[in-house]
Amino acid sequence: MSSDSEGDGERSTDPDSVPRKGLQGPRPGERTRPHGRRSGQGIRIDPQAEATHQPRRTAISALVKNEPGVLAEVSGLVSRRQFNIESLTVGPTTNPETSRITLVIEEPDPGVRQVERQLEKLLPVISVRELGTDAVRRELVVLKVHGDRPDEVNAITQMYDGRTLDAGPRTITVEITGDEQKIDDAIDAFRQFGIRELARTGQTALARGDEWTTHAEEERYEQLRSETDPTPTTADD
Amino acid sequence: MSERASATRPDADADAEDGASTSGDDRGEQHPTDSEETARTASGRPVTTGAQAVVAALEAAGARHVFGVQGGAIMPVYDALYDADLTHVTMAHEQGASHAADAYGQVTGEPGVCMATSGPGATNLVTGIADANMDSDPLIALTGQVPTDFVGNDAFQETDTIGVTRPITKANYFASESTTVGDTVGEAFALAGAGRPGPTLVDLPKDVTNAETDRGPEEGALPEYYEVPEGANESAVEAAATALARAEKPLILSGGGVTKGDASEQLRAFAIDHGIPVVTTMPGIGTFPEDHDLSLSWAGMHGTGYANMAISHTDCLLAVGTRFDDRLTGGIETFAPDAAVIHVDIDAAEISKNVHADYPLIGDAGTILDQLAETMPAAFEAVGTGSDSYEEWREQCASWKEEYPMDYATPDDQPVKPQFVVEALDELTPDDTIVTSGVGQHQMWASQYWTFRHPRTWISSHGLGTMGYGLPAAIGAKMAAPDRDVVCFDGDGSFLMTLQELSVAVREDLDVTVVVLNNEAIGMVRQWQDAFFDERRMASMYGWMPDFAQLAEAFGARGFTLREYDDVADTLQAAIDYDGPSVVDAHIDPDENVYPMVPSGGDNSQFALSEDQL
Ligand SMILES: Cc1ncc(C[n+]2csc(CCOP(=O)(O)OP(=O)(O)O)c2C)c(N)n1
Repeated sequence: MSSDSEGDGERSTDPDSVPRKGLQGPRPGERTRPHGRRSGQGIRIDPQAEATHQPRRTAISALVKNEPGVLAEVSGLVSRRQFNIESLTVGPTTNPETSRITLVIEEPDPGVRQVERQLEKLLPVISVRELGTDAVRRELVVLKVHGDRPDEVNAITQMYDGRTLDAGPRTITVEITGDEQKIDDAIDAFRQFGIRELARTGQTALARGDEWTTHAEEERYEQLRSETDPTPTTADD
Repeated sequence: MSERASATRPDADADAEDGASTSGDDRGEQHPTDSEETARTASGRPVTTGAQAVVAALEAAGARHVFGVQGGAIMPVYDALYDADLTHVTMAHEQGASHAADAYGQVTGEPGVCMATSGPGATNLVTGIADANMDSDPLIALTGQVPTDFVGNDAFQETDTIGVTRPITKANYFASESTTVGDTVGEAFALAGAGRPGPTLVDLPKDVTNAETDRGPEEGALPEYYEVPEGANESAVEAAATALARAEKPLILSGGGVTKGDASEQLRAFAIDHGIPVVTTMPGIGTFPEDHDLSLSWAGMHGTGYANMAISHTDCLLAVGTRFDDRLTGGIETFAPDAAVIHVDIDAAEISKNVHADYPLIGDAGTILDQLAETMPAAFEAVGTGSDSYEEWREQCASWKEEYPMDYATPDDQPVKPQFVVEALDELTPDDTIVTSGVGQHQMWASQYWTFRHPRTWISSHGLGTMGYGLPAAIGAKMAAPDRDVVCFDGDGSFLMTLQELSVAVREDLDVTVVVLNNEAIGMVRQWQDAFFDERRMASMYGWMPDFAQLAEAFGARGFTLREYDDVADTLQAAIDYDGPSVVDAHIDPDENVYPMVPSGGDNSQFALSEDQL
């Protein structure tokens, strides 16, 4: 936009009429300023209830196409967008064409929505859903302790409904399954024997009861049911 | 197009070729085609190789130009181009190819196509792909790859192109079968332009393109599960319309998505019918005519003072097709702090990513603007207002225009001001001239002092801010719109990054005018150093610069030098009149800085008008 004060692009000839530097107008301190404010998450702050979103821990389930590179895409997305991820598990479903990825994240509400929406944008991702707090969640740990107090190790394993996978004169390896809290507690309990190594799987989960974990499976189930057997065994057959 | 590479597809890397032909042929046999008719290319020849299927897919999708550079792994595809109904433009550097294709895509609205060989060819495309990704430009990259059996073995000229480009593409594909490679390219094409546009890439192993197949591409279909939302749901539209009707200080923020969605007409009509002032984002420049009363030009770090005042004071922001980049918003805490935000976007992931949307409307910009327009009368009635109630606000916006006019000092005894050059060229060229630019101060002056009136006339690197974008973009733009004037404002630093593409402009005889706003510095950095680093000008001043006019002549273009105010109009006119590429080396005031400026992360209402306000 050309300046109309000087007559469309024409130069002024009087050097005194020329501002020494740059543009003119009220200085920053002299301008009207709005009163409001937004939070770091871009939400307008209501002065009455000055609430910000606290991070919460939640599980997101994604049904994905079973093809090479999917895991790299998902983990790449998570890392480049700096989502705070606690665990990521993946495994095939009974439909050989699909896998289920379960992500446990710790994010405030807007972050959780972003994870869902960004995941949905990935081409191999079929369907995404955040699981409710009542979802059935499980994690497995395999841990190896020193073998010099086998009876006591066995007692703790029993206490946590675990199983002994391998027992030798020097080491005992057990597995424990359960929710995250139980796994944490079990690991604590085994510490007294000296844990040599352990491997945790991270959480995997399904929605509870009648609820579908992701919509795509519900659709597929209904479709299979109407097409063939009135009572298919699983949605993924 | 250069001469035939070879009739029999012999190959320099014989080892690679061996592996290729065996596995390739096997593949061909494993997938016998059904009895259906043999696929044919647009020129009517039967498809006999994977490479021809690739080219047939490009033809079928309507591609007319391909920008690229030859090389070992992509040779089969080039060979197939020999007989194709496509114009190949050989660029000097693959980065040039990707920028040219990107600009081509922006001007036409259809995906631009670039092509490169494996390894260094592919990595040279990367900057342009990343640029297209940030700006949601429709682009297709086809890259050669070493034969499938060699992949992963650090073979000659191998790069994990899929891995490298995954974070900067909308989708990328490793083509593993000659029988499906045509479909893959068709899908990549469809996807690049669908919904929110973006770059897609197909990596083409040499054995796959060399292998025999008679399967041509199917109709370029979108992938399974890919849904493009249309309009928004009625109740959401009603709620948004009511918020607008209730507002006293509504403002439209028009982003690049309005251009991509071809919704500029709807946006203009909506703003003018309801009397709502409009600011654009920088990529949204041209979506609303900047000479209209309601236009406040563009907002953000170097946007106008009045646009930033309006953004800061609005109570209802109708944001269309914008991702609320930080160069626009400044600090989020102070962005449009009193505004209810209505956010129209085709990409659900943009909703509340940076700025919380009180009224999200997910879908096509034009469709939703139509829906809003239909709903407004009822909304005004329900709320008991009308667009008259925005009158005071319109006056307020007009008074900000008076308070903070875009202006600059032009004393006689100083070197030429860059803003003056921009305004002068604007006056000498038609309204629909396409302007491209590099990145830096010159980019800001071009966007501030040129009056844009039409969408797809401002072609620049926004999100990535890629120096060197301007010249190859001008080449792509001129190829896309041969009947329009194309000018490029470049910085001396930006021009140095890709000026080898002048050779292409000369070879292809493209009538483009490059104006180098030469301050013998990488000026934008120098400006920041002066403001924020105690004037310690580390690595931002050039001790010596080539003579750009002579350089242009060496390339076979016309060169001009500009140093005096009195020569500006004549020199620019001569450059425009020259029927071919010309370069104007415009020596400008080396101390001129870009204002207004909102320091990064700052409050938009606190823009500085000069250094002492920073
Ligand atoms: C490829 C690339 N490298 C570095 C930068 C950082 N950078 C931003 S602006 C700028 C200066 C640009 O100088 P020039 O092209 O001469 O334009 P001027 O600012 O002088 O108009 C630089 C170095 C960039 N944007 N792109």
